[in-house]
Amino acid sequence: MAQGWLQIAFFCFALVACMPLVGGYMARVFRNEAVGLTRVLGPVERGIYRVLRVDVAREQDWKAYAKSLLMVSLLFWIALYVILRTQTLHPFNPQGFHSGTWDVSFNTVSSFLTNTNWQYYGGETTMTYFSQMAGLAVQNFVSAAIGIVVVVALIRGIVARREGSHGLGNFWQDLTRTILYVLLPISIVGAVLLMSQGVIQSFSHYLGFTSLNGTTGQLALGPVASQEAIKELGTNGGGFFNVNSAMPFENSNGLTNFIEMFLILLIPTSLTYTFGRMVGSRRQGWAIFSVMAALFVAGVVVVYLAEQHGTPAQHLAGVNTHAIAGSTGGNMEGKEQRFGIANSGLWSAVTTVTSCGAVNAAFESLTGIGGLVPFANLSASETIFGGVGTGLYSMLLFVILAVFIGGLMVGRTPEYLGKKIEAREIKLVSIGVLFTPIAALIATALATGTKYGGPSVYAEGPQGFSESMYAYMSQANNNGSAWAGYTGYYQPNAGNLGAHGITFADLIGGLTMMTARYVPILVVLAVAGSLVRKKVAPAGLGTMRTDTPTFVWLLGGVIVLVGALTFFPALLLGPIVQGLTNQVF
Amino acid sequence: MRRDITTSILAVVVFTILLGLVYPFAVWGIGQVAFKHAADGSQIVVNGRLVGSSLIGQDFSMPVLDKHGKPERDARGNPVTQPDPKYFQERPSADRYNPAGTFFANRGPNQASAVAFYKEGLASYLALEQPYDHGLTKSQVPVDAVAASGSGVDPHISQANASIQAHRIAAVRYLPLARVKQLIADHTDGRFAGFLGEPGVNVVELNLALDKEAPVK
Repeated sequence: MAQGWLQIAFFCFALVACMPLVGGYMARVFRNEAVGLTRVLGPVERGIYRVLRVDVAREQDWKAYAKSLLMVSLLFWIALYVILRTQTLHPFNPQGFHSGTWDVSFNTVSSFLTNTNWQYYGGETTMTYFSQMAGLAVQNFVSAAIGIVVVVALIRGIVARREGSHGLGNFWQDLTRTILYVLLPISIVGAVLLMSQGVIQSFSHYLGFTSLNGTTGQLALGPVASQEAIKELGTNGGGFFNVNSAMPFENSNGLTNFIEMFLILLIPTSLTYTFGRMVGSRRQGWAIFSVMAALFVAGVVVVYLAEQHGTPAQHLAGVNTHAIAGSTGGNMEGKEQRFGIANSGLWSAVTTVTSCGAVNAAFESLTGIGGLVPFANLSASETIFGGVGTGLYSMLLFVILAVFIGGLMVGRTPEYLGKKIEAREIKLVSIGVLFTPIAALIATALATGTKYGGPSVYAEGPQGFSESMYAYMSQANNNGSAWAGYTGYYQPNAGNLGAHGITFADLIGGLTMMTARYVPILVVLAVAGSLVRKKVAPAGLGTMRTDTPTFVWLLGGVIVLVGALTFFPALLLGPIVQGLTNQVF
Repeated sequence: MRRDITTSILAVVVFTILLGLVYPFAVWGIGQVAFKHAADGSQIVVNGRLVGSSLIGQDFSMPVLDKHGKPERDARGNPVTQPDPKYFQERPSADRYNPAGTFFANRGPNQASAVAFYKEGLASYLALEQPYDHGLTKSQVPVDAVAASGSGVDPHISQANASIQAHRIAAVRYLPLARVKQLIADHTDGRFAGFLGEPGVNVVELNLALDKEAPVK
């Protein structure tokens, strides 16, 4: 196991080492300063403003900012739905795929718009190359950028120093600059690195082959590398192939696996540094980072140890799950040999603390306790690093809540970075903090309490409940990873012909993803709009500090408590039962 | 409002062209120039014929024939197969090594069906290998030999798994055991840079090398 711990430690070290560089760079981008790439991309940036006919010098208040955000999301929703429903007309459709059904398309469109990338479809058997790159991958960029611009607007609201100001920045400028200067360049570098190691980028039709012993098959191809890079960087997670990053064409060796995990956490970690820079106190950024890092590392340790232990089914069958010469042992069910236990375990934590949801191993085959880690990470509502942008703004809502609770406990006026936290903010924050868990629980209750959820479930016993609950927690948190037995689509043949969706699962999942994405976004923008107006109170003796270890403990405690109180009773019925028993069902 | 609608429509068009067409084609162009073999799927071509990809595992089983010499089929109409003894065997796969239709096995940690699956896997593994390696016991069988991979097209098996199977391959192909072990070592993909990932024996490449060196009719 020492080798595994070494890899995990190196991964964490590499990430932290890159945070100041990337975080500092993003701070300059979001302050609309010139960066090194401006010389190359400046003309493109100005060209886009000209085509869009926007005056980026005009700042928007929170309502105008929200309106632009919702309008562009609506139009992208319609565009993606049209693309997915007209597959027979597409160029780059070498396999002649038909369109998916309306209900599964509704789910998929809602999923990619909201940065969830929950997938009821299997990529290589249903999607044309055109749908993948011009439909789904475009949303990987745009939904990621939208998450980021919302937190940027919130930070601007916090740092505004002039009483009575309204402007949170210009949505179109933030969107364009995030895509051009942050997402696109890193994706290109990532895609080229991945390609060099065997991740494919091809527009060829699937290639027939005759294997060594004479059986025939087809190699599925496609423009994978370009999509893979942004899928991880934008914490989207939607696989080009059905088995996502377990597929060697998406993730071919130890290096690609490292790069992909690194890309998933790169922006969420670096944004805490960006935050520290923009509010003028790096300690504030590191304080938030410490809470996230502590909760993340705890999850990694638990999942690695649990997976190394093996499952009750393996032990009952007499399988030796101990490490022996030439094998690391552990629960290799659903895991790839080239990643082994350590890298599959680490990935499972990385992808669920963020809103990524890409997987390199089958979640449904995790051990009971190992599987509890993704559940616990989702229970924290994206505060442990979280999705790009979404993670930091979810965390800042909890920070405001912790400031308020702390203020009540010690009898001081709650303030955060000089801004007074008052009734309006706390009301909004409560909605923002509670909306996602409530959406997850209501959807789970509907799916398990009525007969309509039944057709989606694959496994027997508590595993079946875990599947259902995970499906709706994952969709509510815009994560997208799955206990993949749970389904919303039946497809007898490749290419969508004769397929039908499970309408209930498709619709309720789609609605959960959409509401749990846009309600918190509106809340955050409203909080930003309310903070931006406030005058700054100078820090004094009566101010509760938010960059001390005491506050780090308080914040971590609030997150764990809210998550545990909300989900513990439901978790008892599924993963906890499974983790504590050696029985089979 | 009207202004937002026009801007949004234009944004959909501009970003779809930039991110949905220019970007993937630019990456494709770089791939074709710099890493053509890798970007095209690491294809293995033998005598002008595509035999697969070195990254994609293959099924090394053969059909079970009935008394008329026809492939036997199970109740669902799928052909019944057995391991082909002259090849190293891959890990269990839910999708029968079909890289154009992958899916997870979704076998849970405490399912009764999973216990049955592992028991059967252990029994058939021992039945295949014990005749060539009499001392082989259940506890020596590494877990990757009976647990399904994630992708279903995992090209690798563990080194422990390969060295057990080496006894059978040496006997069937009339090769010295040491030579087979050497071939295994030659086709083991180590950790990247010595420390990222886990080592695995590439079964497709290994079997290809065996067919070249010691063909069996």
